[in-house]
Amino acid sequence: MARLNVNPTRMELSKLKKKLASARRGHKLLKDKRDELMRQFMILIKENRQLRTEVEQAINEANRYMAVAGSVMQKEVLETALMLPKQEVELEVSEKNVMSVYIPEFKTKFRTDDSNDIYSYGMAFTSIDLDGAVSALSAVFPKMIRLAEIEKACQLMADEIEKTRRRVNALEHIMIPDYEETIKFITMKLSENERSTTTSLMKVKDMVLKQSHNYH
Amino acid sequence: MYKAAVIGDSASVSGFAALGLSVFRETEPDKITKLISRLAANDFAVIYITEPAAALVSDTIAKYRSSKLPSIVLIPAIEGNTGDGMRALHEAVEKAVGSDILN
Repeated sequence: MARLNVNPTRMELSKLKKKLASARRGHKLLKDKRDELMRQFMILIKENRQLRTEVEQAINEANRYMAVAGSVMQKEVLETALMLPKQEVELEVSEKNVMSVYIPEFKTKFRTDDSNDIYSYGMAFTSIDLDGAVSALSAVFPKMIRLAEIEKACQLMADEIEKTRRRVNALEHIMIPDYEETIKFITMKLSENERSTTTSLMKVKDMVLKQSHNYH
Repeated sequence: MYKAAVIGDSASVSGFAALGLSVFRETEPDKITKLISRLAANDFAVIYITEPAAALVSDTIAKYRSSKLPSIVLIPAIEGNTGDGMRALHEAVEKAVGSDILN
């Protein structure tokens, strides 16, 4: 480990000791933060996977209906049927603080009161499969919103965990050992100085005594 | 008030129009990239994009991964699942944990 480039003085020593204390404290806090983030992340990621599987299945099913609808209806008719939606979705976004990661939360609002009011076409000229597709999508929509929320949360938390882990490692393996080594170096240097002062004082004392009293 | 959008080929995304989402039928990388940045600047909180369309603009999507909004979510297209959406999940785990511990 590299020793820091500082003068071996008492001033520096006490400064470094303070720094070491706060580095240790920071390390402990960050480690706790990392562990808690990780715990929450594992819970979220499990839900995320479950949700994604469900949503993908539902959309695939809707797509199958859509494919059938597309084959029995003319493309233009299909497009026209869906051209003017009755419904409009608006999202209310709030944020939640999880271990200083701000994750968004979505709340849906529909333009019409009845969220099932989704069929933007008359039933006469459209295939029943189109109804199937639309209703399947509508059924899975709340889950899709939750998926958007949770997927974003997972991404943001993964970022934060990575960052925190790097910080913990930097403190644990670089900063704290560096401080410790420098503190040890300064302590040794200071006691070495002290010893050297003592010996030179003894020497001087000997010389003075010898001069004034002719002691041997 | 925020909105939600769907991007992809016409056949895959038309159905979402009925739900009241804003539907954009785009399949060209340049246009999708521009569209995403326009949507992000215009109060779109959630963007659903089909996996094939997302594969064309993976850089752009990666760029928005660490920003709070919008949340870009991959959905299967009409041709079926490519597994890209699930792969992104595994990547997140790998990033956080250090190795992929799902499965």
